[in-house]
Amino acid sequence: MTGITAYGVYIPRARLSKQAVAEANAWFDASLLSLGKGERSICNWDEDSITMAVEAARACLACMGDHAIDALYLASTTFPFLDRQNSVIVSEALSLDRTQRTMDIGASQRAATSGLIALLESEHKGNTLLVASEHRRSKAGSRAELLWGDAAACVALGSQNVIAEVVGIETLADDFIDHYRGEEAEFDYDWEERWIRDEGFMKSVPLVVDTLLNNSGVTSEEIDFFILPTDQARTPMGLAQKLGIEGDGVVDNQLASVGVAGAAQSILLLAKALEAAKPGDLILLIGFGQGCDAILLRATDAIASFKPVRGVSAALLARREETNYNKFLSFNRLIERDIGKRGEVDRQTYLSGYNRRKDLLTGFIGGKCRECGTVQIPRENYCVNPECNALDSQDPYSFADKKGTVMTWTADRLTFDWNPPAYFGMVQFEGGGKLMMDFTEVEEGSIDSGSIVSMHFRIRQFDSQRGFRKYFWKAVIEE
Amino acid sequence: MATGIKDKVVILGMGCSKFGERWESSPADLMVEAFEECLADCGIERNQIEAAWFGAGIDAFNVGSSALPLSIALRLNYIPVTKVENMCATGTEAFRGAVYAVASGACDIALALGVEKLKDTGYGGLPQRTRGVENDMYWPNLSAPGAFAQLASGYRAKHHLNKDDLKRAMAHVSVKSHANGAKNPKAHLQREITEEQVVNAPFIAEPIGLFDCCGVSDGSACAIVTTPEIARSLGKENLVAVKALQLAVSNGTESSHDSWDGSYLKTTRIASHRAYAEAGIRKPLEEITMTEVHDCFSITELVTMEDLGLAEEGKGVNAVLDGNFDADGKNPCQIDGGLKCFGHPIGASGLRMIYENYLQLQGRAGARQLANPKLGLNHNLGGFPHQNICSISIVGPLT
Repeated sequence: MTGITAYGVYIPRARLSKQAVAEANAWFDASLLSLGKGERSICNWDEDSITMAVEAARACLACMGDHAIDALYLASTTFPFLDRQNSVIVSEALSLDRTQRTMDIGASQRAATSGLIALLESEHKGNTLLVASEHRRSKAGSRAELLWGDAAACVALGSQNVIAEVVGIETLADDFIDHYRGEEAEFDYDWEERWIRDEGFMKSVPLVVDTLLNNSGVTSEEIDFFILPTDQARTPMGLAQKLGIEGDGVVDNQLASVGVAGAAQSILLLAKALEAAKPGDLILLIGFGQGCDAILLRATDAIASFKPVRGVSAALLARREETNYNKFLSFNRLIERDIGKRGEVDRQTYLSGYNRRKDLLTGFIGGKCRECGTVQIPRENYCVNPECNALDSQDPYSFADKKGTVMTWTADRLTFDWNPPAYFGMVQFEGGGKLMMDFTEVEEGSIDSGSIVSMHFRIRQFDSQRGFRKYFWKAVIEE
Repeated sequence: MATGIKDKVVILGMGCSKFGERWESSPADLMVEAFEECLADCGIERNQIEAAWFGAGIDAFNVGSSALPLSIALRLNYIPVTKVENMCATGTEAFRGAVYAVASGACDIALALGVEKLKDTGYGGLPQRTRGVENDMYWPNLSAPGAFAQLASGYRAKHHLNKDDLKRAMAHVSVKSHANGAKNPKAHLQREITEEQVVNAPFIAEPIGLFDCCGVSDGSACAIVTTPEIARSLGKENLVAVKALQLAVSNGTESSHDSWDGSYLKTTRIASHRAYAEAGIRKPLEEITMTEVHDCFSITELVTMEDLGLAEEGKGVNAVLDGNFDADGKNPCQIDGGLKCFGHPIGASGLRMIYENYLQLQGRAGARQLANPKLGLNHNLGGFPHQNICSISIVGPLT
């Protein structure tokens, strides 16, 4: 039977000090000071739900060897594109087969659990991916700003090397409006927290869980991990008590370190539970929003030997403290930063030209010459080797997983960048090939010729005039 | 068998506008200023010009496309005018067109004029502009200093230099050019500076600071060329002849092939070898008495001196600090202030360099006149260290 075979997560490196946020806004809402402890993850200016999804999926795929993927579903309520299938962009960045099934699942905080259920109940014979990614915007100085975080998580599903099998699944569809975001709205609108707790969580979750446990022949005391994604700090424990689940089984929502990652939170916490689970452990995963999904999983013997490439614990450690609240506001367009005249240059993407270069731009595919073996990027008509120059001789060759060495670099303070200075330079790839490219996540003083870099799919430019954004690969210094 | 350009074409006259922030001057004003000086120098009438080459580097912030702006500004007599653009090598490219036209016998007298109006952008530095539909999708958003800072890091890594030593040599390059520019009334920047000022100036693109960058200027320069016979028939003496004209354009090897390490300018090495062969120069260090090189940034000049064979590879820092390229050094470089201080109106720069060599060879360089100039080398570099166009011209007394 289909179960979970691997997982991977991504949490942006930048962690915003909540104290900085609270102190900046306490002048109008002193209650924020009580939330001003710890930190939350924030996307860099060049990250969004797509780029984080790619990172989480790469971490997941890296655990899997050479398994073909038949389907990729992407769950989010913050898709960069409302009409351009985001899961296809993720799929192309991963260079997955073009015959696979793709789907975007959104519009609810239980999008990811619903997507997971759809894949678990599907007839796919091969491996599938459920990726959940969230980059939620909230008003400056809102409680949400201090309670939410940005992150992505991915689980692979299949019938071989299953590390967690499905015991049971239940769903309740109920238009309970704890919050909503309409077509015309920029931000969520929510209702009183206590009402959501009492009339929402406390009523609908037990309804579904009781049915699920009855149908599965499992008692609540047997549950080892209880996952309830919510930004309400005490509700998971209160609900566990009501359900009869042991308190130490409640999986922490990481409010003090990451923040609640919206629709990705359920999968992120599932990954966290899987990282800690022993063979036989039962995991109860809830997705809450316009009703509730409940999925009961049991860890198999295979989980004992499974080693994630990047689970939650590793992702938590890959961090950089950010204390500049203004930077967060600017990255999320919550203030209009002066971008200078150099920032005014038109960034139109010529879609026909983009389409011709899609393998390079999204897949980071270059070429390898059949005549002389030279690898190169970009792939052009003639081989770049001066001793060869053969025509149409290059097979596609991926640079996405190649490490590189910084050959030359600078920190450019003249050119426009959302997070100046703009770091870029020439990267020499292991195994050959070189490219002048952007660096991201550079901390001052950490880069020099000889630094080792890895490749990451990021936003390259925004075309705010037309609501488009370009993606490309950037180099990140390896720690 | 090609015999090269040496001594086939001479400069009949030249002109150069004042470079600088010419807020009050249109591109046409600048063109006319250079052209009037040139015509007077030649002692010919406008209608004796049979063909013209017009260089302008950045269309969008300048005169627009085509040859029309030149023909209209100078009221040329419906002659053939060709617009050329080859980034910072544009001025030399225009010169090359005119010289080749005369050498081929297609016409007797030809004009080359370059102009750039850079100060209509509303901000400092070169204009932000497109690199083409496909390049714009993945190239870093690199500024010119950002691009040439790569050369500094590549050079530093190759020769295991520490940051401070290289920066000090870069500073000397700029201090020298400011000292020279102070003696040039047409220069954009005419104030002397100190090494401390250079080193302590804010970074534009590490390690390039404010004083490592050349001036971004408005300006125009032009040349009228003809055959030695016609020049003599017009009563000209002390003729300055073209000895070599070479162009080397990157083919993507530096940017995509592992053979280039980012520490030097491959095109400059290739173009200079060809130019020396064309001019019959065997020992450049001894035979070339002055150079005007493309010092868009101090590091570019330092590395270029090695690539031209005027300093030993990896020893550019010493050669600079020893004063080899100072006004009183063995091989004076940028005696007019260079791009650094004369200024860098893109399309005019190549012609401005030739203008200085021409004045020096004719003994008309005023306060900055060198004692005994013989061969002068001019070097332009358009683009970026990893993808560029290098033009080299050599001029000297007709032999």
